[in-house]
Amino acid sequence: MSNKILVAIDGSEGGKRALTAAVEHAKLTHSDLILSYIIDWSPYSFHTPEELEERQKRRDSEIQRAHDSILNPEVASLEAQGLTVETVVRHGKIAEALKEIADQYKATQIYIGKLGESRMRSMIFGSVTAALIQTSLLPVTVVP
Amino acid sequence: MKKLLLVFSLIFIPFTHVYAGIDESINNATAPIAEFIGKVVFFKIPVFGAQLPLVVLWLVVGAVFFTFYMRFINIRGFKHAIQLVRGDYSDPKSHGEVSHFQALATAVSGTVGIGNIGGVAVAVTVGGAGATFWLIVAGILGMSTKFVECTLGVKYRQEFEDGHVSGGPMYYLRQGFSERGMEGFGKFIGTFYAVGIFIGALGIGNMFQSNQAYVQLNTVAGGALDGFGWLIGLILAAVVFSVIIGGIKSIARVTEKIVPFMAIFYCIFAIIVILMNIDSLPQAISNIFTGAFTGEGVAGGALGAMIIGFQRAVFSNEAGIGSASIAHSAVKTNEPVTEGVVSLLEPFIDTIVICTITALVIGTAQVADPNFANGAKGVAMTSAAFQREFSWFPLPLAFAALLFAFSTMISWSYYGLKGWTYLFGESNSGQTVYKLIFCAFVALGCIVELGPILDISDALVFLICVPNILGLYFLAPIVKREMESYFARIDSGEIKKFK
Repeated sequence: MSNKILVAIDGSEGGKRALTAAVEHAKLTHSDLILSYIIDWSPYSFHTPEELEERQKRRDSEIQRAHDSILNPEVASLEAQGLTVETVVRHGKIAEALKEIADQYKATQIYIGKLGESRMRSMIFGSVTAALIQTSLLPVTVVP
Repeated sequence: MKKLLLVFSLIFIPFTHVYAGIDESINNATAPIAEFIGKVVFFKIPVFGAQLPLVVLWLVVGAVFFTFYMRFINIRGFKHAIQLVRGDYSDPKSHGEVSHFQALATAVSGTVGIGNIGGVAVAVTVGGAGATFWLIVAGILGMSTKFVECTLGVKYRQEFEDGHVSGGPMYYLRQGFSERGMEGFGKFIGTFYAVGIFIGALGIGNMFQSNQAYVQLNTVAGGALDGFGWLIGLILAAVVFSVIIGGIKSIARVTEKIVPFMAIFYCIFAIIVILMNIDSLPQAISNIFTGAFTGEGVAGGALGAMIIGFQRAVFSNEAGIGSASIAHSAVKTNEPVTEGVVSLLEPFIDTIVICTITALVIGTAQVADPNFANGAKGVAMTSAAFQREFSWFPLPLAFAALLFAFSTMISWSYYGLKGWTYLFGESNSGQTVYKLIFCAFVALGCIVELGPILDISDALVFLICVPNILGLYFLAPIVKREMESYFARIDSGEIKKFK
């Protein structure tokens, strides 16, 4: 069974650098790639009845959009380089969702770009990257 | 705020004589209508000297039946409800869909309204302290009714091709009966309900709310707004208009986010007030229990207190009305029972927690000073009870009342709309007609006096319960089967925890 590297991308420069690093790693170790995009979402938010009614529809379109505009454009070029790529879009909190995806796809390594989090935000809500590093059971590579 | 109101009233005082008449003439015109509706729906049976409205009996018998038939799901399901809301059973793959918490929060902000602040005061004024006891009992029983109606709401919801969903009693009544081979009756009763919820939305979810919001504003303004109900009504109607017709969703979204915090803020202050009156607390609690069984000084005695308590509980937590079923049916789940279980928490939060706290605030104030309210009724009475400890409290309370009223109006405009689209289809122009009618009633609510409004609202609400509960009896075996299968699979470990 080949190794699987999970990469979190979000369309940002940091995400792109993480992907570049992960691709090199994958080529060297003949690993497969799992490209993921996490849509920030919390089960504990408040909505109007109308928003609830539309939720299912919006969720489907959010997932579709993530595939179309963020993940799929990368897949073609990666496959051209001879890599095996899977894609996954999830709603949730980034650190938690990545852990769940890693579990489910039996990933062996996680790559994540350093997020442009402000100091203030990290102080109040905690840094996503730090949360992932602390809780992950897999090696995590944070690409600056 | 006070200054603003002062300036406002200074500008308008010269015109008082001209405009104050508007309220009075509209009030006079609507009073006979209210009386008539009240008489028809509130057909009362005299029982041992008390007047028992038929509809109250109808709801209580239903709630008792469902509690026994579902083998005390209201108590058995409580812990599981909390696990579900916490997301213990939520599959990460379905993240992004409506969560149990979200459905519960939306349904609760629809029910936590002025009824929790003003309705309780009405109950205590008319039914004495003992009414509180029966209010709580009705809350506990109502949890079972909610369970049944919300489970059915999800089970029989309708998914449209574009992905949006509609559900609620009209859908489960129609489909449930037609599955049992009574297609014609199903269509009739579904339509009956849809008409009921559409008209009912104008009372409990509309006029009563705007009326009490105005009353509280006027109290804060020291009566400067007397006779200007029409003006406040127009302003409120304009804001509601901008949300439901103008599509300014941000207002609704902000309200939806503030309301839960306001509810918590309200409860915290209520508890502080109760603690400040801790000396009166034992007496207040004992009044609730003795009043419940002796009914001292209440017309109809203990039974009178019981009727009033039950009536206000239903008005507040909406169990048996089917409105929450509409809100819950938006949740995508393979197990309709889970939504039913989660919805148990609504009467608990609404009636058993918030209403009881309000009742204790009023109760302790009454023990300390029997005439504290000075004849004030409804929200004004609750406000006076808070004011004894915090002189500034009426202002934030007015703000909270306004927000509660507003969020309830927005929720109910949606429930009513669902009844309307069930009847007249999903066309946009039709929906606009409904929304305009809704806004007109918001304004009307501020003009008419509390008495007739309560009569009309109560009457209309109970009218909705008739088809709903009738349907629940017929469909209860389906819910019971689902419930037993669901809990068996939980016990056997077939349904797994994710956390």
